[in-house]
Amino acid sequence: MIINTIHIDDTFAEAFNMRGTRVIITAQNLTWAYHAANAMTGFATSVIGCGVEAGIECELSASETPDGRIGVSILMFAMGSKVLMQQLETRMGQCILTCPTAAAFAGIEAKDGLEVEMISLGKHLRFFGDGFQTSKLLNGKRYWRIPVMDGEFLTQETTGMVRGIGGGNFLILATSQPAALQAAEVAVAAMRQVRNTIMPFPGGVVRSGSKVGSRYPKMFASTNDAFCPTLKGATKTALSDDIESVMEIVIDGFTFEDIAQSMRVGIQAICDLGSDSGVKRISAGNYGGKLGPHHFNLHSIMQAQG
Amino acid sequence: MSMQPITFTTRKCLSKTVKSLVDCRGLTPDALQDLSIDAIKNCTLLLNNTRVKVADVFDVTGEDLQHIVFNHHESHIQLDCVGAWMRVGKITFYGDAGDYCGLNMISGEIVVHGNTQDLTACNMVNGFITIRGNAGDFVGGGLDGERKGMKNGTILIKGNAGARVGDQMRRGLILIEGNTGDYCGSRMIAGTIGVLGNVGKYTGFNMRRGTILLQKPFTPHPTIQDCGAHTLPFLSLLYTSFSKFDTPFSILHNQRVRRYIGDLSHNGNGEILQMLG
Repeated sequence: MIINTIHIDDTFAEAFNMRGTRVIITAQNLTWAYHAANAMTGFATSVIGCGVEAGIECELSASETPDGRIGVSILMFAMGSKVLMQQLETRMGQCILTCPTAAAFAGIEAKDGLEVEMISLGKHLRFFGDGFQTSKLLNGKRYWRIPVMDGEFLTQETTGMVRGIGGGNFLILATSQPAALQAAEVAVAAMRQVRNTIMPFPGGVVRSGSKVGSRYPKMFASTNDAFCPTLKGATKTALSDDIESVMEIVIDGFTFEDIAQSMRVGIQAICDLGSDSGVKRISAGNYGGKLGPHHFNLHSIMQAQG
Repeated sequence: MSMQPITFTTRKCLSKTVKSLVDCRGLTPDALQDLSIDAIKNCTLLLNNTRVKVADVFDVTGEDLQHIVFNHHESHIQLDCVGAWMRVGKITFYGDAGDYCGLNMISGEIVVHGNTQDLTACNMVNGFITIRGNAGDFVGGGLDGERKGMKNGTILIKGNAGARVGDQMRRGLILIEGNTGDYCGSRMIAGTIGVLGNVGKYTGFNMRRGTILLQKPFTPHPTIQDCGAHTLPFLSLLYTSFSKFDTPFSILHNQRVRRYIGDLSHNGNGEILQMLG
């Protein structure tokens, strides 16, 4: 498949089941909401080393938040519910409780027809109040008010956990590193408009795509040598002579359609740049289809457009 | 064509020399479910500790068992326990209700277009009660010997309330647009009381937890301690929860309050928030 002179490989991205949640962070202004959200989603690029994958989903206006203040929505994904709950509580305690004026609310509520499990958001954090904490049950939701030095830290007791998918991805193959990165930036900017998804890596982009396994027994992931341009002569490469740089964009989301839509938007944004951008091919990372149950076929995704 | 609510109109035939107390606890939508009009008329009630038929006290009309209307304008008759243990449906009461209105109410809605006497909504479990007039003492309190008052639900009083509002209240919301008597929120365990008018003495007496929100200044007793003026973002959530009610509480927006905590003589962690500005 060729779109606007850019070749789309006949391959697929392979993704895995995850558990995900959404937390709404509000603060006195957007600056402090971002301080809190950036801290909470920091060091959360990959479950391989961070436990969770997290990112900022979108900004929220005052009318979209429970307490009528401006805020941001963050998504957090982990391979299992236990890890997600543990990471959520830890990050709430160290990143949101500590951040001036920040408050936290559930981004997913239990509703009929949705498989939602409520997990602790501020339920255990309340003990920081040392007996001075107070709770309020408003419209069926319990909130905790914890006295802190700037006033009160307000948090909802629980948030919803749902099934999600992690590891949707595509690769941008370009003639130079600046060209690959610029195309990736354009794609990420477009993909940030898609709700229910995040790109957890720095700036939404990964330069160190990995393969399963290594020649070193203790390493269960290592560099994806087939897509490393400096190894073209030393390994079974997937790159042609004119490719000098590859960038990957990884997407986590709540549903298959959410991720497919994000990939579609991102790939289309790159294709719209045309051949002058230096991008030659779009490919995807997979493990032969044996590890993850969700396969995002690039041709199917792009053909579904419109 | 919509069905007419079952309507109980108080008859004028009862003696006017003695005040008649009628226990109406059996006249709720769930208690009358599946009964015909004739069967309802033959149900028994307690009238001054004597068993009488419903038809001896009320004229009964209508067919919609999910909505019960009381037309009560006989001042020598007091209708107690209106909506007691009610589980579903709605009761609309025209006139003044007696004691124990909404006693142990479990769900549903009661609207009283008049006053109620003491112990309105005592031991209430859930549901929504609107009193368009005044209410007596112990609104949302507990029965004698009970350790807890109302456990959940909402009470909206458009007029004034008597003493001991929310006594031993465990959870829920009481909104009073007028004034209250002494000991508002006494022995309160948790929940929220809002008062737009004046409160009497000893507000929050022996309260353990919970919130009393006042629009007007009050005189705290010695074991209620002033914690200073604060802007509390939490109040926007509280005000939002009021927005579904037809009351001036729904337009509150002031997050600036003076916070009092207590009752310290009871090791209490309750708060009285007096709105500023």
